[in-house]
Amino acid sequence: MLSETRIVLRNLGRIDPVSVQDYQKQGGYGPLRKALSMKTEEVIAEMKRSGLRGRGGAGFPVWKKWSFTASAQSGQKYVICNADEGEPGTNKDRVILSGDPNSVFEGMAIAAYAVGADRGFLYLRREYPYVAPILDQALENARAEGCLGKNILGSSFSFDIEVISGGGAYVCGEETALIESIEGRRGEPRFKPPYPGVSGLYGRPTVVNNVETLANVPVILQRGGEWFSGIGVPNCTGTKVFTLCGNITQKGVFEYPMGTNLRDIYETHGGVKDNFDLRGFMLGGQSGNLINAGQMDLSMDIDSCQQAESVLGTGTIMVIDDRNDILDIVQNIMSFFIEESCGKCTPCREGNIRILEILRRISGGEGRMEDLTLLEDLAGMMNVACLCGLGQNSSVAVITSLHNFREVYVKAIERGRRA
Amino acid sequence: MIRLTIDGLPVEVEEGSTLMEAAKKLDIHIPTLCFHPDQDVKANCRICLVELEGNKLLVPACSYPAENGMSIRTHSPKVRRARRNILELILARHAQDCLHCDRSGTCELQAVAEEMHFVKIPRYPYVARSDESDNSSPSIVRNAAKCINCGRCEYACSQVQTVHALSKVGRGFEVQFRPAYGRTLAESICVNCGQCVQACPTGALTIRDDTQVVWHAFAVPEKLVVAQVAPAVRITLAEALGEPPGSISTGRMVSAMKRVGFHKVFDTDFTADLTIMEEGTELLGRIKSGGVLPMVTSCCPAWIKFCETFYPDLLPNLSTCKSPQQMFGALLKTYYAEKTGKKPEDILSVSVMPCTAKKFEETRPELGRNGMRDVDAVVTAQELARMIRSAGIRFDTLPDTPFDAPFGLGTGAGEIFGSTGGVMEAALRTVYEVVTGKPLENLDIKAVRGLEGVKEASVEMNGMSVKVAVTNGLSNARKIMDLVRAGKADYHFIEIMACPGGCIGGGGNPIKNNAKMKPRLDAVYRLDRELPLRKSHENPAVKALYEEYLGEPNGHRSHALLHTGYVNRSGLLG
Repeated sequence: MLSETRIVLRNLGRIDPVSVQDYQKQGGYGPLRKALSMKTEEVIAEMKRSGLRGRGGAGFPVWKKWSFTASAQSGQKYVICNADEGEPGTNKDRVILSGDPNSVFEGMAIAAYAVGADRGFLYLRREYPYVAPILDQALENARAEGCLGKNILGSSFSFDIEVISGGGAYVCGEETALIESIEGRRGEPRFKPPYPGVSGLYGRPTVVNNVETLANVPVILQRGGEWFSGIGVPNCTGTKVFTLCGNITQKGVFEYPMGTNLRDIYETHGGVKDNFDLRGFMLGGQSGNLINAGQMDLSMDIDSCQQAESVLGTGTIMVIDDRNDILDIVQNIMSFFIEESCGKCTPCREGNIRILEILRRISGGEGRMEDLTLLEDLAGMMNVACLCGLGQNSSVAVITSLHNFREVYVKAIERGRRA
Repeated sequence: MIRLTIDGLPVEVEEGSTLMEAAKKLDIHIPTLCFHPDQDVKANCRICLVELEGNKLLVPACSYPAENGMSIRTHSPKVRRARRNILELILARHAQDCLHCDRSGTCELQAVAEEMHFVKIPRYPYVARSDESDNSSPSIVRNAAKCINCGRCEYACSQVQTVHALSKVGRGFEVQFRPAYGRTLAESICVNCGQCVQACPTGALTIRDDTQVVWHAFAVPEKLVVAQVAPAVRITLAEALGEPPGSISTGRMVSAMKRVGFHKVFDTDFTADLTIMEEGTELLGRIKSGGVLPMVTSCCPAWIKFCETFYPDLLPNLSTCKSPQQMFGALLKTYYAEKTGKKPEDILSVSVMPCTAKKFEETRPELGRNGMRDVDAVVTAQELARMIRSAGIRFDTLPDTPFDAPFGLGTGAGEIFGSTGGVMEAALRTVYEVVTGKPLENLDIKAVRGLEGVKEASVEMNGMSVKVAVTNGLSNARKIMDLVRAGKADYHFIEIMACPGGCIGGGGNPIKNNAKMKPRLDAVYRLDRELPLRKSHENPAVKALYEEYLGEPNGHRSHALLHTGYVNRSGLLG
């Protein structure tokens, strides 16, 4: 049985989320005060020592992102908190934001100080309207206490945060689409490079970090990068906030060190209910991987998942038991991406719907063995050819299920042939 | 300098170059669809993907910056596979009717499929993007089934022209570039400039074909089919028939039109000169009597609709002069009919234009008489080229034929109406001499020439300094008109042409890019230089017309025939 290691969720349930005093009593805004007494490059060096990598899915080293923006020449820079948590089955950012918003604000302020930004935006998922008043109240209280706004904590550093509501598009979780959306345009991704760190919001250098990433920052400043790097596994330090969903007994949001074994997490939270058999997992959300029950011994960190041709992604673990049909799941995922594709680039716009067309043919008993080659061809192309992460990953469920559940496809085709 | 290798070959490029530019240096061709040399890079079609060593993702050559030490492969197995897969997806959704498509032979998708030797049948069942075909506009046809969603039309419409008639509607699989709120083109704020047609790589946006009206008229014995040809067409027609940009073909064009079947071929340069007489007089009148200034030209029908839609408060600034096309039409159905004893209804008045908006202009209810149109059909340079080809005429070896009298004589001033700055220069040549009574020494008013978006000049006349501005492209028109609206434009006279470069950049010409504009522009001024008469008021035919029929510029009859009014169309924005 595992027990949680709570860094990101350190204050959850222990404070009134909107109370800046409560947050301060737990040591909050001490790290920001400390950062303000440091040189900006020392702050970035501390982040480097910590080894913190982005928690939004891509796992890019945070210190590197910050140093791109820090070294970019511009009179105006921005920090954006990506709270457009649209990945179905993922709820960690909602839990963090509604339970301890100041930890994210403080992380943003430290990032802003490190890179030389004075304005921040928190882009909140449209479907989290109940979080908005918490954020607004918490911001107001933090400003009143001098923790945000002009001359923060009596220093010469000024930084304030504006909450922006998304419009309900999944693709706006992609950082450049998010930026387009803040600028008032259709939420469509831009091509990269240039990366936002150099040319982001309104063409200015912009740090875009995920909620969970930012919530880690104050703790790293407070306890030191070295302490942080001792948690987790080498090259993937700290903890991960996992969302357990699907057919697992105990659902919810839980925080474990990076590198925790999937089987341990699964068993700790009760596995599938009695009388059912585990079939597999969907890891990392709809854009993630379908693995089978036999692949359960997996170290849940960014690199190990990648090596196992899986993905940590947002840390979502959807448990699938034998009540579910893999082909159904994959079709459901493709329907989601057809709905959410912005339509900008050819492979995503045209490809997702063709995948679904083929999947329907197979599950409807009209499939041919050549369809499997066609699926691999098409999905493989989309994986390397689409303009943004949405398109590149929309077909991952197809690719991985073809690999890890091939017999399901073959059976459906054979059943169709006999009929 | 940046050093990299492409397909094993070393190459050096300037910092900031894209991979496509680097490949071009090595004469390596990478197929493109959404890329347009005059537009911002979009990187959305993904046809130009190349392999960057060490990178799992393929990268688009159009947008990806070259960096030191990169190793690029432009046709590796991975690249070929991805590109062919993408093309296959496009083809499976693109109308399968190349044989009778307007763009067959000039279609970029066709060219890419041919280049990539894509000769198999797509593995996906054909599903049309949409069966919607918008034939509502007199100028432009939108055929959604041929759209590949490259976004080049939207760029032309929204960025270059700031009209925003075509925008991206819907999401994902259902995305379409079309007028908002479910409107048709005719119901929309489209100004009919045709720059979208010029930008479209396929047959999704094409010119409305009006050649059939003319072909039918040839078969009717009592019909006299009379054409007027705009100045820009003699510059761009030969290009549409395969010659290099800037090939002047005035005499051959008239020969070809006669062989096609036109009974009379007249020169719109004639009414361009007439426009100068009317507009110049109007300007001087406004200056003398304290009328509304700055006065703005009214030759360009796309500009007129733009002004009626976006700047209805500034309609009094527009010159009341009809465009040369409509002056011509009015004269054909009145003066010419009387003179030749032809019934106006037996004259088919055809104008050959570089312009799609002229097709719209011709339909304006106020521009006709007694239930008849002054201009019955407008065919563009593209359409005339098709008529010539389909009549089996070999164009390059044709002899020269002069325009017919009495409207066959134009001056260099009329000739330069075809390019941005031309109307202004022509007007200044005449206004100067009228005001000062002295001959203008240097006829080349270079400050108003060239392809820059906004040009300004000031000309001294009898102690008065006449300030003028010239713009081309509607985004530039917007800049100037915003100044006028704010009371910050102290100009007397402004020339506005909707299309970048003026009429030689018009939507009815063969498909263009900026590289073709310079030779077209040079040809305009070459024609002007070579003509014996270069000032409108020296045109003897124009003088004769005033003496014989019109009286004087801005006189009673001129007003009835050559001037018009405008309507507020701001309701289209609601």
